[in-house]
Amino acid sequence: MTRQMTGAKMIVQALIDQGVDTVFGYPGGAVLPIYDEVFQQNSIKHVLVRHEQGAVHAAEGYARSTGKPGVVLVTSGPGATNAVTGLTDALLDSIPIIVLTGQVPTFMIGSDAFQEADTVGITRPCTKHNWLVKETDKLAGVLHEAFHVATSGRPGPVLVDIPKDVQFATGSYEARKPSTSHYQPQVKGDMEAITELAAAIEKAKRPVFYTGGGVINSGPGASQLLRELVEATGFPITSTLMGLGAYPASGEKWLGMLGMHGLYEANMAMHGCDLMINIGARFDDRITGVIDAFSPKSKKAHIDIDPSSINKVIRVDIPIMGDVGHVLEDLLKIWKSRGRKTNGEALAKWWKQIDEWRSVDCLKFKQSGKTIKPQYALQRLEALTKDHDRYICTEVGQHQMWAAQYLGFEDPNRWMTSGGLGTMGYGFPASIGVQMAHPESLVINVAGEASWLMNMQEMGTAMQYNLPVKQFILNNERLGMVRQWQELLHGERYSHSWSESLPDFVKLAEAFGAKGILCKDPADLDDAIMEMLNHDGPVIFDCLVEKHENCFPMIPSGKAHNEMLLGEADTQGVIDAKGSVLV
Amino acid sequence: MSALKIKKGATSHSAYNLRPNFSDVIERHTLAVLVENEPGVLARVIGLFSGRGYNIDSLTVAEVDHTGHLSRITIVTSGTPQVIEQIKAQLGRIVPVHEVHDLTVEGKSVERELAMFKVSGKGEHRVEALRLADIFRANVVDSTLESFVFEITGAPEKIDAFADLMRPLGLTEVARTGVAALSRGD
Repeated sequence: MTRQMTGAKMIVQALIDQGVDTVFGYPGGAVLPIYDEVFQQNSIKHVLVRHEQGAVHAAEGYARSTGKPGVVLVTSGPGATNAVTGLTDALLDSIPIIVLTGQVPTFMIGSDAFQEADTVGITRPCTKHNWLVKETDKLAGVLHEAFHVATSGRPGPVLVDIPKDVQFATGSYEARKPSTSHYQPQVKGDMEAITELAAAIEKAKRPVFYTGGGVINSGPGASQLLRELVEATGFPITSTLMGLGAYPASGEKWLGMLGMHGLYEANMAMHGCDLMINIGARFDDRITGVIDAFSPKSKKAHIDIDPSSINKVIRVDIPIMGDVGHVLEDLLKIWKSRGRKTNGEALAKWWKQIDEWRSVDCLKFKQSGKTIKPQYALQRLEALTKDHDRYICTEVGQHQMWAAQYLGFEDPNRWMTSGGLGTMGYGFPASIGVQMAHPESLVINVAGEASWLMNMQEMGTAMQYNLPVKQFILNNERLGMVRQWQELLHGERYSHSWSESLPDFVKLAEAFGAKGILCKDPADLDDAIMEMLNHDGPVIFDCLVEKHENCFPMIPSGKAHNEMLLGEADTQGVIDAKGSVLV
Repeated sequence: MSALKIKKGATSHSAYNLRPNFSDVIERHTLAVLVENEPGVLARVIGLFSGRGYNIDSLTVAEVDHTGHLSRITIVTSGTPQVIEQIKAQLGRIVPVHEVHDLTVEGKSVERELAMFKVSGKGEHRVEALRLADIFRANVVDSTLESFVFEITGAPEKIDAFADLMRPLGLTEVARTGVAALSRGD
């Protein structure tokens, strides 16, 4: 069925047809007709951010916490270029978002018009796909296809660039229907390869599941199947930063996060295993350490929906291309039909070894004296909030790693962090997106003071929409992770890695009409956290922490999983010249 | 390990070899990429090569199916087997890409290139150029009293050889189309 309407109306209609309830955006000249239509309807909530980068991160937070695509509406030129960081972030972390940008009218494209930028050219490498729509009749089809591309296969960001004359002109609107485009990614895995994996599971003596964001992206069903598989096999499981929550942190098979700042037992298990089952992770360099020494004696299986992830970094023995949920379902079926066999004797021995590694207690720290250790702050935050209906966002740096280490995630979609791109300034706007999607839940952004300042303008958004997001800032007056690397690699020459002229965060909160809490004494911490939780509204929590705390454990650059540093005593001269060129 | 023989890839047709034999030897491969002929599609393909640091030795593109709006991009690239596999997988990920074929591994194929050479000279050089052109089955498509423009088609090696011979005879300008290739047989 087709209806005649303007391009601007089509956009709103397509969003409604796609089940969109929230759009994050910022108006400008080239999107005025769309904003006029937004004004005249009540189906879609529009959240006015304070900077377009914030809109994209908010949409990412919305998408990660709901499993639905996030939608952004911004203007041409600077509106579009400000969205680039968010698009790249979503591309690296495979987050489905749809960004709609205004463009100068078609007859002015190429004339260096006011607020003109080559948006599709600029965003081509940082989107999964993008479109410039030059005819109103094609607009509805492209918009529906944009949702299809963003959400199917390996999810990712897409962008639709819409010139102003296309928004004004009238054309025929086509309703949403199943996509007929050639882009239909394969979701079922090859049964022969899955059977090979089932056979490997039966024989494995020292197995480990290594899971990633692909499990989360595959939907809650995939997490359920993963839990079933782990319990049924009794194999240990570790996860990347992106995959936290797919398997519950309280589960007895849980080893904790792996990787550069992962847990000792997780990394040692990866190094010493004889069967590694990678489920929806991509052998990122934060995970592998030096490639040549990565898990040298293991047979490796890799389940991934993106064929370019398979054999990109690590050569695998059992490649399975398909959606995690579909493949796990088939794997469980096959393994059960073959008699649910595992090598019990060898597994018991393997667990004994793992328990020895666990007994190292790599996350231990000592809270003493009058200064709050950042680890202690997170431990208390965890204790006081773990029973809440809770969502956690983070910025990027030491606090992010500590949050991943000291907070426990029981369910998928509860953990929003910038993994691949490492975008400082991600967490605050993301927390706004999460709170929009879950108005009744507790949403906390664990932040460092430097990251948080990068998008602090979004306090205005939090206030305007009365979003009670809790900004838990671990304030060490340093760019902590940069400082840590300078200490380890650059002779303790702390070049520009401290935060000077910091604002008074309590006064800053009050200037926006929000609540500010300052806490510097460990004895006051619990009461201060409770005060934050009990306040119905946005809070900036300025937690002054130990300034020179380093984040451990750590796999130094250029080293292998079994060469972890566990604490300060291990750090002298560990990174050689070859390792120091790595980031 | 035998190849999985997955005919249908993420973009539904690419022939990914998920279990390639890896070696460190640089290989030259000819890829045929069938794409939707939409604006920017060539930029996507080229951007992939530059963004990820792959080589393009030769590239040709033209619409081959006017009703289906499909273009065929023929890319000659070089890299280790692992890089070649990665290039194919990355190409297959591009949304408007319909098919990726590695003509170098999918059986025998024929490669042809068209080139034009301007050769200026007088006397014996001019006669010799004409005589060699005849041997190489090159056609004269333009002539003045002191120059020829030759048109030649063939495998890239043949065109290289012709260029080497023309150089001392007064070669002043060369235009080459890059390689077009098709698999042999049905």
